[in-house]
Amino acid sequence: MIHLFKNNGYNIVLDVNSSSVHVVDDVVYDVLGEMKEDDADKYREEELHRIASIVSGKYPSEELTNEDFREIFDDIRELEENGTLFTDEQYLVADDCGSCSGEDESGCESQGGPKSMEKMVIDFKKRQTVVKALCLHIAHACNLKCEYCFAGEGEYHGDRALMSLEVGKKALDFLVANSGNRHNLEVDFFGGEPLLNFDVVKELVKYGRELEKTHDKHFRFTLTTNGVLIDDDVIAFANKEMDNVVLSVDGRKSIHDKMRPFRDGSGSYDKIIDKFKKVADSRNQERYYVRGTFTHYNTDFVKDVLSLADEGFKQISVEPVVADPAEPYAITEDDIPVICEGYDELAREMLAREKEGKGFTFFHYMIDLTGGPCVYKRLSGCGSGTEYLAVTPWGDLYPCHQFVGEEQFCLGNVNEGIKNTELVDKFKLCNVYAKPECRDCFAKFFCSGGCAANAYHSHGDINQPYEIGCKLQRKRVECALMLQAARADIEE
Amino acid sequence: MKRIKTLTTKNLKDTVKKGGCGECQTSVGQTCENA
Repeated sequence: MIHLFKNNGYNIVLDVNSSSVHVVDDVVYDVLGEMKEDDADKYREEELHRIASIVSGKYPSEELTNEDFREIFDDIRELEENGTLFTDEQYLVADDCGSCSGEDESGCESQGGPKSMEKMVIDFKKRQTVVKALCLHIAHACNLKCEYCFAGEGEYHGDRALMSLEVGKKALDFLVANSGNRHNLEVDFFGGEPLLNFDVVKELVKYGRELEKTHDKHFRFTLTTNGVLIDDDVIAFANKEMDNVVLSVDGRKSIHDKMRPFRDGSGSYDKIIDKFKKVADSRNQERYYVRGTFTHYNTDFVKDVLSLADEGFKQISVEPVVADPAEPYAITEDDIPVICEGYDELAREMLAREKEGKGFTFFHYMIDLTGGPCVYKRLSGCGSGTEYLAVTPWGDLYPCHQFVGEEQFCLGNVNEGIKNTELVDKFKLCNVYAKPECRDCFAKFFCSGGCAANAYHSHGDINQPYEIGCKLQRKRVECALMLQAARADIEE
Repeated sequence: MKRIKTLTTKNLKDTVKKGGCGECQTSVGQTCENA
């Protein structure tokens, strides 16, 4: 399966199953567009003549001969023989995609039909999962009143609460006890606003460092904050202990203040922006993100990204809101073309700034083409509900922070562990192949089937992808690949 | 001029045997700890 697309003057070919990326000239691009991928005899002479007659007419000045097309065919065939073009699906396991009972193999649609049934490498049902990351809801309380907050002013549609040190310690104990032989563990301090409970954050980090020594583990701690309570003590602590700090700011002051006011309605931008600059500089512009949300109100979000870049930030993420479609700020289908144009514009602007030595990182354009994760990771995604869990201030366990507050998704608690194993099994089977919509999508190994919470909140089903998110994700993958092509050009 | 330039150096299929250690950071498009 290949995906052909043009972006910013580049002709790009993505071989989906090998994740190989090729940049080709116009002639090869058109030849590939004419080739029949499933034709076992696609390189035969008759086919060469058919394609040559179509493509050569488009480039009269090149005076292309059959010999030229034969060379192109040979080059393409070489890529196929090397396993980097027209590669087959090879990552399937019979019966275990999770979308059916598995009693009738011939009828299993979501695994690609009978041809694929013979190729099996990953068994989602039987795979052993361990917990390796916790999102600690250190505070179900917030000093802001953001309009789009999925957590309902930080309280997750429940009571205001701060996590006690006792519950926090039990959460870390639970993580260590359920992490098997995993060495690297992660703990996110999240909310609400975690700095409303900063003393407990500090004590839990101290406790985690003790557990590292006694259990041969390594904790990566992260902190997500709205910045209001940041001071020099917080910065010093974060720089010593936090692998990553996420700083919430939406971009332009007018946009930020509209969506992220204090409870009295006043804007918060002026209170936080200089603190964020101080944090970013104190971390040498690394190991942090300024993270914003854009909505239907600012589909010209590129201005917000560039506003943050102009303020001196180098690690930037500005992301589309995921909201109930009834909300006035929700992204609509009509917004998609404008947003996609914005993504193109952003990619071009990033290249221009890189050439001037003023480059910055955009979270959604980060793709590692030389390393990157293994296929197991790409198929199973974030691990919500299995490897990654959220913990409420009371110690209840949920599949991730976006499910907190929805009682039917409570998996157990830190005292008794996982009680709802049936639900865990459902998340264990939540993978690319459990989603028919993902099967023919070129981006499936870059998004891993999308976000389970977004799927649930848009369709009531964790295996039914959120279409608007899919369309934007596909555009971002194309832009990210174009950036890689352009950078390779510059290096040459 | 070369008509085709390949940007990738690794093949996802090769990770079937080598991958799955689980030590990577929670996310996808991530540096493999094992590598």
